[in-house]
Amino acid sequence: MAKSIVIIGAGQAATQAANSLRQYGFNGKITMLGDEGIAPYQRPPLSKAYLMGEIEIARLKFRDDDQWERDGIDMRPNAGVANIDRAAKMVVTKSGEKIAYDNLIIATGSRVRKISCENSELKGIHYLRTLAQSDALKADLDKAKSIAIIGAGYIGLEVAAIARKKGLSVTVIELAPRVLARVATPIISQYFENLHASHGVNIMTNCALKAFGGKDKVQRVLLEDGREIAADMVLVGIGIIPNSEIAIDAGIICTNGIDVDEYARTNDANIYACGDCTNRELDLYGIRMRLESVHNALEQAKLAAAHIMGAQPPKLDTPWFWSDQYDVKMQIAGLSNGATQHIVRGNIADNKFAVFHLNDENRVLAVDAINSPGEFLIGKKLVLASAKITPQIISNLDIPIKELAAHAVE
Amino acid sequence: MVQITFIENNGTVHVVEATNGGTVMEAATKHNVPGIDADCGGACACATCHVFVDDDWMGKINPMGTMEESMLDFAEGVKPNSRLSCQITVNEDLDGLVVTIPASQF
Repeated sequence: MAKSIVIIGAGQAATQAANSLRQYGFNGKITMLGDEGIAPYQRPPLSKAYLMGEIEIARLKFRDDDQWERDGIDMRPNAGVANIDRAAKMVVTKSGEKIAYDNLIIATGSRVRKISCENSELKGIHYLRTLAQSDALKADLDKAKSIAIIGAGYIGLEVAAIARKKGLSVTVIELAPRVLARVATPIISQYFENLHASHGVNIMTNCALKAFGGKDKVQRVLLEDGREIAADMVLVGIGIIPNSEIAIDAGIICTNGIDVDEYARTNDANIYACGDCTNRELDLYGIRMRLESVHNALEQAKLAAAHIMGAQPPKLDTPWFWSDQYDVKMQIAGLSNGATQHIVRGNIADNKFAVFHLNDENRVLAVDAINSPGEFLIGKKLVLASAKITPQIISNLDIPIKELAAHAVE
Repeated sequence: MVQITFIENNGTVHVVEATNGGTVMEAATKHNVPGIDADCGGACACATCHVFVDDDWMGKINPMGTMEESMLDFAEGVKPNSRLSCQITVNEDLDGLVVTIPASQF
């Protein structure tokens, strides 16, 4: 039985791993090594309520600062890791400290993808991933009159909504032909384009960024087609990169993230990995992928803790996500890649509808629910069961959502 | 500070200090009270912080919003005194609040 477990990272996955280890009865030493200089906190609100100033950091922290010690977790927020010595089963911190482990959990998360172009280092160009970045963004949002947002993914659109609420003029610049192109189907993209347009956001799709312009700080965005957009500040939201270098350097197998099995184990039997930094199997869809979500961080952390403790692994959930923009809550169950039918239930104009994504066999692969929590919660179950339901049943509002499963056919 | 009592499904009692202006869910998670998963962290997006509010307190807590009502409508084992603890705001009138945690959040 392990006596010392070291967790590299101090985010959502790392915190859940520590919690679950205690929950499964681990009594040994847990050391958590973070490098953000702050105890673990929730990231999702950094682009939502926290950025709007509606919630304070104290409320985002997973524990009160003194609770870590009470739970016997040695949480070190200023302990960046230099390398893993697998032969000696030791983690070496950047300050040279060596910490022995019986089991190691790598939960290093991800970092923002940076843009590289002329003047991309100018002041006023922001990224959003950490509390420090959110604070810097918020400080500028409270002074600026206009913002240009590069990238129309979740981060870009959530910040666009906050910036509009704060009264800035907002331009969103997206390379793809539609917003949320990587994560959503055209119906949902169109819905969010209309939503943001109705709130006064200028959305420019099919637009390639060329450079930034400005003297001491950014003042404009230059596009490949020659157009210029004036902006007091910029947010770049073009995706994240898994923090897997420390694993690669230690010879752990990584292919676009740290490869893990169904127990969140790497190819080293003593080393697990969970969260954004991993590349995992998704049996539900028969694929391996990086899943960037809270659900994934929590689920893999529980899997790792259960396996270390020899406990029954938790039941796998449907991958799920959410986003808050203006007064719209989108909840997504499952992954729509591979779907060939996109069936709308409800009326899009009511701002309350869901899109059921089916494959050729009418199996429900995913559900995007707009202000429709019932469709989301039922959708999670249908996706998990690979339920087969006809488009006619799904779109029939005379059939209550709770009764949809009863209409599944084999 | 406001005192809140959480009773696990197996009868284990946790008495914790909650912060004014925070939520009942935060009081639970910050003190590592088991059984309240709170996966979404309080965004009313996941329905995994379900609790049963002691009947004496039902009249003193803030009323349910439409989102919470809809989420609860689809949770498991819902009773008339069910609430999502992330939507109950803590104030001084709630000093002594007692809530029970269901066997499962799914």
